[in-house]
Order: sequence, then C-alpha cells, then structure tokens
Amino acid sequence: MTVLLPETEREALEMLAAANGAAVPIAGGTDLLVYWPVRVEARDRTYADLSQLQALKPLRWSDGELVLGGLTTYWDVIRDERIRREFPLLVAAARQVGAIQIQARGTWAGNIVNASPAADGVPVLMAYDAVVVLESLRGREEVPLDRFYTGYKEMQRRADQLVVAIRIPRRPYSYQVFEKVGSRRAQAIAKVGLSVTRSAAGWRIVAASMAPTIRRCPSLERLLEDGTALRGPDDLLPAIAQDVSPIDDVRSTADYRRRAMARVLYEDLRETCGWV
Amino acid sequence: MHRREGLAKLTGRERYVDDLPLEGGLWGMTVRSPAPRGRITAVRFRPEVDWSEVVVVDARDIPGRNEIILIERDQPVLAAGYVRHVHEAVLLVAHPSREVARRAARAVEVVVAPESPALDFRVPPRPEQIQYGPDNVLKRLKIEKGDVERALAAAPVVVERVYETGAQEHVYLETQGMIAWLEDDVLVVKGSMQCPYYVLNALKHALGRDEHRVRVIQTPTGGGFGGKEEYPSTIALHAALLALKAGRPVKLVYDRPEDMAATTKRHPSRVRHRTGLTKDGRLLAQDIEVVLDGGAYVTLSPVVLSRGIIHAAGPYSCDNVRIQGRVMFTNAVPFGAFRGFGAPQTLFACERHMDVIAQTLGLDSVELRRINLIRDGQRTATGQVIRDGTDRVAVLERALAVSGYREKQRAHRAFNAAHRAMRRGIGLATFYHGAGFTGGGEVHLNSRLRVAGLPDGRVEVLSANIEMGQGTLTVFTQIAADRLGLAPEDVVIGEADTARVPNSGPTVASRTTMVVGRLIERACDDLRHRLGLDDRARGRTVRDAVVRWHREHPGQRLLGEAVYEPPPGITWDEERYQGDAYGAFAWAAYVAEVEVDLRTCATRVIDFVAVQEVGKVINETLARGQVQGGVVQGIGWALMEECRFTDGAMVNNQLTNYLIPTSDDVPPIRVAFVENPYAHGGQGAKGLGELPIDGPGPAILNAVAAATGADPRAIPLTPERLMEIADFGFRTADSRAS
Amino acid sequence: MSAQSAIRNPQSAISITFTLNGSPVSLSIDSAERLLDTLRYRLGLTGTKEGCGEGECGACTVYLDGLPVNACLVPTYQVRGSRVETVEALDPERLEPFLAHGATQCGACTPGVVMTALWIRAHPELLETHTIRELMAGNLCRCTGYDGIVDAVATGHGPDLGRR
Repeated sequence: MTVLLPETEREALEMLAAANGAAVPIAGGTDLLVYWPVRVEARDRTYADLSQLQALKPLRWSDGELVLGGLTTYWDVIRDERIRREFPLLVAAARQVGAIQIQARGTWAGNIVNASPAADGVPVLMAYDAVVVLESLRGREEVPLDRFYTGYKEMQRRADQLVVAIRIPRRPYSYQVFEKVGSRRAQAIAKVGLSVTRSAAGWRIVAASMAPTIRRCPSLERLLEDGTALRGPDDLLPAIAQDVSPIDDVRSTADYRRRAMARVLYEDLRETCGWV
Repeated sequence: MHRREGLAKLTGRERYVDDLPLEGGLWGMTVRSPAPRGRITAVRFRPEVDWSEVVVVDARDIPGRNEIILIERDQPVLAAGYVRHVHEAVLLVAHPSREVARRAARAVEVVVAPESPALDFRVPPRPEQIQYGPDNVLKRLKIEKGDVERALAAAPVVVERVYETGAQEHVYLETQGMIAWLEDDVLVVKGSMQCPYYVLNALKHALGRDEHRVRVIQTPTGGGFGGKEEYPSTIALHAALLALKAGRPVKLVYDRPEDMAATTKRHPSRVRHRTGLTKDGRLLAQDIEVVLDGGAYVTLSPVVLSRGIIHAAGPYSCDNVRIQGRVMFTNAVPFGAFRGFGAPQTLFACERHMDVIAQTLGLDSVELRRINLIRDGQRTATGQVIRDGTDRVAVLERALAVSGYREKQRAHRAFNAAHRAMRRGIGLATFYHGAGFTGGGEVHLNSRLRVAGLPDGRVEVLSANIEMGQGTLTVFTQIAADRLGLAPEDVVIGEADTARVPNSGPTVASRTTMVVGRLIERACDDLRHRLGLDDRARGRTVRDAVVRWHREHPGQRLLGEAVYEPPPGITWDEERYQGDAYGAFAWAAYVAEVEVDLRTCATRVIDFVAVQEVGKVINETLARGQVQGGVVQGIGWALMEECRFTDGAMVNNQLTNYLIPTSDDVPPIRVAFVENPYAHGGQGAKGLGELPIDGPGPAILNAVAAATGADPRAIPLTPERLMEIADFGFRTADSRAS
Repeated sequence: MSAQSAIRNPQSAISITFTLNGSPVSLSIDSAERLLDTLRYRLGLTGTKEGCGEGECGACTVYLDGLPVNACLVPTYQVRGSRVETVEALDPERLEPFLAHGATQCGACTPGVVMTALWIRAHPELLETHTIRELMAGNLCRCTGYDGIVDAVATGHGPDLGRR
C-alpha cells in the first residue's frame, strides 16, 4: 500500500495527476476504513491523504452563497448557528450521519464522492441546488450536484480532480423538510431518504436509497408545480414509479420503500399542498 | 457496594484476552466451509502465500477424538471430509503476522460437492434432506397435565394462533477470543468464557489429555449473554491445536463479521397455541406445540427446548395442559445458549396470545391475567406446587401503578383521535423465569466451592463462576463479607483458573447469585467450623483466627468447602417431565408504551416499566442494571434485531446491518423490585439475569396492537413486517403501479 | 506481542510525530496501520478497544484534536501533527459518577463510553441543542441499557437536562 502525503492543495493535485488515476483521495476515512483489516484488496491500493490541506477545511459565507470547503465536516456544520437558521436541512442531515465520532471526521465532499445511494448529506445538498467545485492541474470545473452522478458509484469526477468546495446558493425557502426512514433513530443507514424544498426556483424532491444514485424526482416535482390535487399516498405511486427504482436488499424491500416514500411525502405535503 | 472491578474497567486498565501480550506467538485464523452441506472434495492452497511459514492444522492433527463434547458428541472440532453448515471450521492457520495469517486463510480454497440442505425448520424435510435420526428431529419433549383433548372439546371458547420469533445475535461487545500455549507439558488456554470447566472437558476429550496437563483460565469477559457458554470450547480447541502444532503461543481472536457469522444465536421458534376458555376468560385447557430451529449440531438444544416448554404455559393456573416440543436439525450454523434459553420464545407466544384471547373474548387483558395468575398452592404444567408466598397479583398491580397504565390508556385515546399518522398504545406481559438448572440439573452438576483463609487474615473465594458484566465479583464479595463480618477489601475473589478453583458449575441459567452465592455462605460457615468458631463469629474474630491458624500450620492451606444440596422436598421425574422444574421462580410484570408512525410503520418504545420479584435484591445498582440491559436487549429483539440468512448463514453479519438499540432508541427503563427472600438462595436472592428478556417482546407487541389495531404475531416486528400485515387505511393500490 | 509480529507487512513505512496524551511521540508506522492498531499493538495502550472495526460501536473512541473519533477509522498517518488522547490519560476522579450509577458492566464498551461521556460533560453547551442520548448514540452498550451511562453524564447537570 502506498500513501501520498501532500501538504498543500497544489501538491495534492500534482500527485493525483502523476498517479495516473491510481490514487484514491482520503479525507475523514469514515467510508474507506470500514472493515479495513478484513479488506485485503483495499490495502493493495494507493491513497492520497488530504488531512493536511488546511485551506480546504473552513466553510465561508458570501452575500449570495454558502461555500463548504472540501474538508468541511458534518460537525463543522452542526455547530454553525447561521447554518442552523438558513439551511436547517444541512444540520438535520448531518445529525443523522452516524454519531459524533463520524460527524467529527466525515466530510461533505467525501459523502458526495463516495456516491452511496443511501448517503445522508447528498440529498439535502441536492435539494438546496448545490454545485460541486472540482479542481485539477487542468483547471476548475463546476458541476451541479443533480447532474453529478451518471450511474451507480459513477460520477463526473476524473481521478485527477479533487472536490475543493461545495457552493450552495442562499435563497428564501417557503418549505423544507428532511426525512430519513431508518431501522433505528440513530446511526442507521437510510432505507428511504427524502429532502424536499420549495423556493423561487421551484420544488425540489430528492430521494435516497430509492435508486442506484441519489436523485431528484422530476415527475413528483412536476406534480407539485402543477398543483395537482391528490386524494391519498397511492396517487403519488405512478410518479414515484417514474422517478425511482428501489430494490430489495439486506436492509429493506422495494415495496416497503415505495410505500413509505409515498406515505411520508403525502403526509408531509398534505397541508402545504391542500390535499385531503 | 460499587462494582468491584468498576474503576479498572472505567480507566481501561482491565485486560481482556486481546489485550494480553503475545511474546513470540502466532495469530490464528480459521478457514470455513463455503457450503451448507456436502463432501469436501479438495482443499487447495493457492500460491500467493509462502506456506512454509504458515502453521496449518486440519482434522488429522487432533490427538484425541474429533468431537466437541457437550450433550452429544456429534459436532466435530474440525470438519473431516464432510460439512453440515456454512462457516463450519475446516482448517486452521497461524503465522506471526496477523496480516499474513489473514491472507493465508483467504488463500485456502475448500471445495465442497453440494448435497441438498435442510434450511427451513418449519417444513418437514424431504427424504434426501434427512441427516439426523429418521426425521431430522434433534430432540422431542412432552409435558402433560390433565386431559387436554377432553377439556378443549368441552370448552365454550377455543382460541388458536401461531407465533414466531427470529434468531438473535448476542453482540457481546468483546468478540470471542482465546490464547493457548504450553508450559512444560501443561497446555494453558486463556480467554473469554462463561464456563471454564466446559472448556476444560472439551480440551481433555479432543486432545486426549488428563486434567493435570490442561489448564483453563478465564480472562475478564466482555459480555456473554449465553454466547460464551458453549462456543468457547470450539475456539479454545482451535487455539490449542495450533499452539500444540506450532510449539508456540497462539492467539485466536475473531473480528466482528466472523464472530457474527460463525458463532451461535438464539433459536428461532414457531409456537402454536390452542386454548380453551370459559366465556369470562378462565383457562380450561392449553395445548401448545413448540418447534425450535436447532441448526446443524445438537449443542445445547435439548435443554433449551426443555426450558422453553416448561415456561410455555405462562405463570397461570390451568388444569389441562399439554406441551409438545421438538428441535429440528437444519443445515444452519448451530443455534445455542442465549439469555432466557428458550423461555423468551415460548413466553412471547404465551403473552401475545393472552392479549389475542382478551381481544377475542372482549375482555380487558389485565383482568384476563389477574384471574388466571397462579396462586400459592396451585400447580404449574409440570405439577410443581407453587408456595413461595409471592403475591403475583400485587406484582401486576405495582406495574400498573408505576406505569400509570389506566391513565395512559385514556390519554392514548385522545392522542390517537388527534393525530392522523401517529398512534400510541400500552401493552403488558406477566411472566416468570425459573432460576438454576432445570429439573435434576443442579444435583447432576454437583457444584463445589471453596473459601480459603489467607495467611494475612483475608479470605479468598475459589469458584469457577466468572464475571462477564453481570456483577459476580461484587456480589460474591458482598456475600462472603457479610457472612463473615469482614470488610469487602478483606475478601479476594480468585481468578477462575481450573488449576486452582473447584468446579462450582457454569456461569449460566441465572444460577450464580442464587445457587453459587448460597455455596459461598455455606463454605464460609465451614471455614468458621474448621477454625473452631461458631456461626456468630464475625469480623476481627474470624480474621484473627485465620491468621493464628496459619501461624500454627505454616505452609498449609485453610479451606472451607461446600457442595450443592438441593432444597428439601424437591423432586423431579425426568422421564415424565413432572415435578419441581426449578427451585425458585422469579415473577414479573412489564409494561411497554409505544408510538407507531403509521407512515413508515416504525415503532418506538417511549416508556417501559419493569416490576419483578426476585427474592432479596443484594445490590440494587447492579440488579437494576441487569434489568435495564435485559429489557433493552429485549426491545432490540422485538423491533429491530433481524438475522438474515442465506443457506443457513447470517448475511447481515455486521453492526451496520444488524442493528441493536442505541441510547437514542430507548427510553429510560423504569425498574421496581418487590422483595420476597428465598430461603435457599445466596442472601435470599433468586435468579435475575435472564428474566428481563422474557417480557419486552410480548409487552411491546401488545402495545403495538393496542395502538394500531394490528395483530402482529412475529418478532422482530420490523417496519416492513408491520406494513405487510396492516395498511392503516393507506393502501388502496399495489405500490408497483405505474 | 512485538509490534513487528502484530503488523508485519511488505509495505512502506512512514515516520510521524504527534502528541499522545500530552507528550510528543515520534514513530515509524506502516502505511496501512489504523490508529487503533498503533495504540493497542505498537504502543501497548490497550484501553482503547475494538468492538466492530466499522465505526459503528464506538468502543475505540479517542480524542483527535479534542473531538471524539473512532480510532478504527483513522489511518495513523493522518494524526501527524495532531493531538491524540486516550482513556489512559483520563483523571480517575472524574469517573466517580460512572461507578455510582452503574455505567459499566462488562467493560468492553466502557473506555469508549467514558471518552464520549466526559467530552459531553466538558461541553455542557452541547446540551442546549442535543440530548445526552443523541450524543451517546455512537457508543453501543449491550449490558446497561444505557440508563446508568446517561445518568452518570447527567450528574450535576440538573435533574432533567438533556436526559429525556
């Protein structure tokens, strides 16, 4: 196993470029180190350690946006009073990522590039129209998060690129909710995750654990934009069927996921949307 | 008294087996069967490992008999040519580097020619799946009282239902582990275990050594719950075989996925109740059929079944009872001892069934229990006359009062009317748990314990009973100190080392405080007698006498001893399963309050009250902690702990996918004790450790039923399962609609 | 055991310096080493336990630059220049409430529990936004049912604060 130990962002980008795609960037390690001793094959790879890149740690505010650094952790966000007020879903989601031990180490950028379909951080970022900022020796590139994933664990990041920031536009939200259906209250992996927001930019409905990637649900969003009157959770099922494709796995069943998603969405939105 | 070893644990100074140094030793690893059943046709050693550096052990290296001796001898130490379950140990490897040992274990390929496995204990095996006796039944037992068929035929009401419970993983926080080495010609095995003498016997049998050449020492044990009752014999044998072959110390410590996949779990069960009643709810007949999944070897299943059927009729009086039980062989990783030992399964069925009966008859479930609870002078299913003087109705009343049961029922009606998608409910279970070995088991164990007087005047308790968190060291200290009038620091609890301590029996079956605690008292008395003191001699008098004795007998050992004697009047007929099944029962009434989210069908326990009569409570903090821990383990079993099996092996064998409750998933557990000292238990105590896991399952499901109107009959009641059985007015279409 | 036998691997060695329990430490470690293994098998600090190896149980909780983290998920090379504190550095006097409330039984989860619990006790402001039960949720305990732990953390914080 080889570890590259850059001290600056520039060094990191040079090392990633020189490694020719073979180096895996490691930030908090909370995904990569799981069952480390048992995973013999994981120890035959090359890693680029980001832990010394101090410049990527802080989060920043400007008039128009909140920018999370490439190494900003969940705990950084949980402890930020202003985020609690302006982007409450970020805090709600962060508090659902493991517990303090994980929140203290895990990063938002890591959550994005780990690309788990059950991620907790990605859905709220997506519901806030976050943009992924990628840096490489070849320059800077920005990809809206809702177009970042191209398939299961596939994304628009080249191996020489580093997520150096996540840009989140500041907007007034008239509606925002984060729901995580897990098998227990704390430290569970989502069986269904939902983030719903409404702003001048329109409705955003983002689903987790319902498809090979975290994704927005265009049919459901259209339903809300159109103000369609619904009579019960079942009326959401056709749109859900168009937007997502849940599976049976060790944590839950496809049927449960669809029905729980429909019921949670319906009950959450019923009053706002004037449904019966 | 505070927990004796508490500060050592809180500061991290306590040394568990993996904390012990391994100077010049090797790390062991286990190579396991990939298939549920079949003949091993080849074992291949892939070339990526330098095999000349690796110690390899297979069945041919076993010097004695290739049998893990327990009730039967059907289980091999290492599979010899044939496997009966996935993860069955086939081969062992060891290397000075843990990393190399791990890579070596992976570089062994075990090839199995598959044969048809029996995988569902609930369906009769096909002929080609028969592997044990004529019908794959590992054990059959029956209890009969009165005439059930006639009583059922005459009963105005008969209620019949089937209940199921799933496997449960112990999740002791310290995984299984052993170190073995040779000291001259003595094989020493040290590790995490509940029963040093079980391990000793297993080593003697399979290694062909007498007790002078084997020594077993328990290390501080990071949780057991039954999971370290029989399984440690296997891992001890594996470590020993490697150490004997290597001629060097070997440490074998499982990582979590291996521990969860390869070791025992609670037996899955299916229980059918057919109950005859009067219209006002008096029990006339209980016809109960209990079926357990035993897995691929007998292990302890016969006695798990025994305890299961004895508890199956609940703490009620009924003149006509028939309980038929059987354990089925399947090609699954063997199921084994787990806190409660069969009783939680049958009590779940019984207590959920009581609520179903109440619902069917339109009776209040508290009243149904109140009129049927066994009174002093009445007989259990095995004909045991209960006469302990405990007021079981008072235990129930106390639970209702502490929980605010009636007030909450009213409050829930208002809450449920005011909420669209949230429901609250409250549920009850009344139950009992027999302490100590079943029937003649304690007599058969013939437990022996010694108390030594030390030259400095302190005394040392020499027993094979171990500390695994439940408080043995503290309670033994209290019992000995109180008996002799000594300060706690004048009492030493000897290490459970078979070279030093007599066989006071296994640390299981809620027997330690009650049975072994009583032996301590009697051994203390014996010590006094040997010193020429009477039973009133205490404190300084005892200490001085011990010191004087040693001055007069230099170099000799001063020992008081006690051997188990059954309480007077106890009889048990093993053939007919009749008589006094246990010396004493603990009695309890538990109340659960739940909130169910109808959108997701997720159930949360929002209040829990546990009231029990356990004889005399010796250490309130420790006793309360046992109850709270047992209840939370029961909450997990009831709602979220689900072992998922493929080919008889657990596939969610990691703590991210097998979920146990966190601090945020459970409410404070409110505990109350009703005390009624038991004359034959240490300081008047009855057994306590297992009782608390019997009640939460049924209490919680009864609460869910009360909250939602659903009729759940199986645990764990996961959200998926609840959604399957009840639509709560939500479902009008198939969810796959497009 | 010797460090070499614990983790002997044909892999690159890395030299690191960090502060461990208040004292500077310089070590040559293997690149594949977890902080948990470094502490337990190289430095003999066995108070930190391994319960799961996947960041789920918290038995390996240590402080990294003042925050509780799972040592099983930290590659040792990442602590260079950082402050690491383990259960061995705790002042036993702060543990009295844990004894009194029965916060430890088998003890396997206990060092991790104590690390998180004392961190909460050192930061009472956390209880304005969090409950003790949420903050302790990363430390699985199979023995106590959590009441003894939660009560010990709450001691001195007023009767109900954060206890729920």
